[in-house]
Amino acid sequence: MSAAATEPGPPSASHAGVIGLVADPVLGRPASRRWWIAFLLAGLVTLGFLGCITWVLVAGIGLYGNNTTVVWGFPIANYVWWIGIGNAGTLISALLLLTRQPWRAAINRFAEAMTLFAASIAGLFPILHLGRPYRAYWLAPYPNSMELWPQWRSALVWDFAAIASYLIFSFLFWYLGLIPDLATLRDRARSRGARLAYGVLAFGWRGSARHWQRHDAVYRAMAALAVPLVVSVHSVVGLDFAASLMPGWQESIFPPYFVVGALFSGFAMVVTLAVILRWGLGLQALITDRHFDAMGKVILAAAWVMSLSYLTEWFMAWYGGDPAERGVLRFQFTGPYAPLYAAMLACNLLAPQLLWWRRLRTNLPVLLGVAVLVNVGMWLERILIIWNTLSHGYLPSMRRLFQPTLWDWLTLATSFGLFALLFLCFVRLLPAVAMHDVNKQRHEQGGAA
Amino acid sequence: MSAAPLLLAEFRDPATLLDAARRARDAGWRDIDAHVPFAIEGLPEALGLPPTRLRLGMLGGGLAGFLLAYGLQWYSAVLAYPLDSGGRPLHSWPAFLVPAFEAMVLGAVLAGVVGFLLATGLPRLHHPVFAAHGFERASQDRFFLAIADPAVDAARLAALLDGLGPLSIREVG
Repeated sequence: MSAAATEPGPPSASHAGVIGLVADPVLGRPASRRWWIAFLLAGLVTLGFLGCITWVLVAGIGLYGNNTTVVWGFPIANYVWWIGIGNAGTLISALLLLTRQPWRAAINRFAEAMTLFAASIAGLFPILHLGRPYRAYWLAPYPNSMELWPQWRSALVWDFAAIASYLIFSFLFWYLGLIPDLATLRDRARSRGARLAYGVLAFGWRGSARHWQRHDAVYRAMAALAVPLVVSVHSVVGLDFAASLMPGWQESIFPPYFVVGALFSGFAMVVTLAVILRWGLGLQALITDRHFDAMGKVILAAAWVMSLSYLTEWFMAWYGGDPAERGVLRFQFTGPYAPLYAAMLACNLLAPQLLWWRRLRTNLPVLLGVAVLVNVGMWLERILIIWNTLSHGYLPSMRRLFQPTLWDWLTLATSFGLFALLFLCFVRLLPAVAMHDVNKQRHEQGGAA
Repeated sequence: MSAAPLLLAEFRDPATLLDAARRARDAGWRDIDAHVPFAIEGLPEALGLPPTRLRLGMLGGGLAGFLLAYGLQWYSAVLAYPLDSGGRPLHSWPAFLVPAFEAMVLGAVLAGVVGFLLATGLPRLHHPVFAAHGFERASQDRFFLAIADPAVDAARLAALLDGLGPLSIREVG
């Protein structure tokens, strides 16, 4: 299987082969039974998500477990987790492009789609959490009759700027890469409706060498910009915490620690989606053992960087000597949330150690299991960062625990429905693999030029 | 595009197309282009295309975005709505750098995408080349050399490509 992705073969035959493999599930076959079942389920769960949002907008955030001490609860943890997933796709795609990893071509398209959907979902949570969600637009600077301006020194305004820029960026990056493939779909489509739709979406792309030259220039420049942008986005999320005055949050390690966490959870999500896509669309020839092997190594490396971050955090809390910081540290290991903290460490640090062995990295059930555990662990990390610090602040009389409510759990669980629904539509309507890029890589590896 | 008829030579693989493009360039023909399914290293040079200046535009867009966002923050926090927040200076430049950085990236990217559309003339849903028989494979597995030089006809093109074995030579429009 892995040979198929690297062997050059006769150029024209393999080029058409890749295109057939990717485009036929979109154009040729009617949707399979299992796609419809998944679509209906995801649709139902999405309705539940809309219901949760509506009910929160109507009844207010008293529905959630947030209290006067733990003022940030599930919504902020969900936001950080989803934006972490959302950060990884573009970062992976851009980093692998800049470092010329040929295996990028098979995974970048759906990783970018994952980014787009996850970041959109992430953006909903802070708004739901506002208390007065109908005033979310106050974050945007605009001349208004109140003569008020946003508070630029606030990390939440930075957040708004970062997420808004990132969403626009991710969409443009994804779409620019998609244009040539949309033209391919237009040219292969048999029905007039599909030709028309893909033709319009492809902007009339005709593969001119001049267009390719400009496409390449802009796309590569965007990739170079993507890396600092993504790092800044999740750093800003880290600053939401680090720019505060709370023990356990006010740490200079937070921005890079959040960026690595995002890469870590994002790669785990890419692995999860890659396993599902490969099975669902029959892409065994394109998404090969080699991809899973490489992604497994990245997850393992990221797990070690996470370990280093945790160790630094613990060491600095102890070495700094501040009683409040040490108190939070003790609370982490011995307080009521300690079992969750241990579970988080097991998921994020121990589970990825299985990936030392190549045999396990290419064993899909094992890899998928590790990926899911990593994502559970990363969600636990996000919620525990909030709970541990806020439940154990400076004022002992104000210390409270967080009790999640049914609505907390429902909103989190049903947000996956929207993600799944968007992703199912994506794989049904658009090419899930960058066909032009795969063929370019094949051509270059074939050394035909 | 000039009013000259468009000549298309179809090839099976990129290497032959590159040879053909070099020959057409060296013959001094004008308005040569290629239609290919993926970016081919060396094709712009083989066709003698000038390097694109889109990245300069992106640099400009980035600087404009940065200055705009920084200026807006300075104006609103210092002039329009001075608010003492914990004794911090009104002109808190380190904090202002964060939104300004995001705006810089956004400005560069928007300039790049708009520049790309302007430079390529896209969206353009209709083009004479689409009328060519078999052109739908230009987005899949065939490589076309396109000549729109009034001085060139199909016979001259065939003579130039002697030995490269084009699958077909067609005249469009």
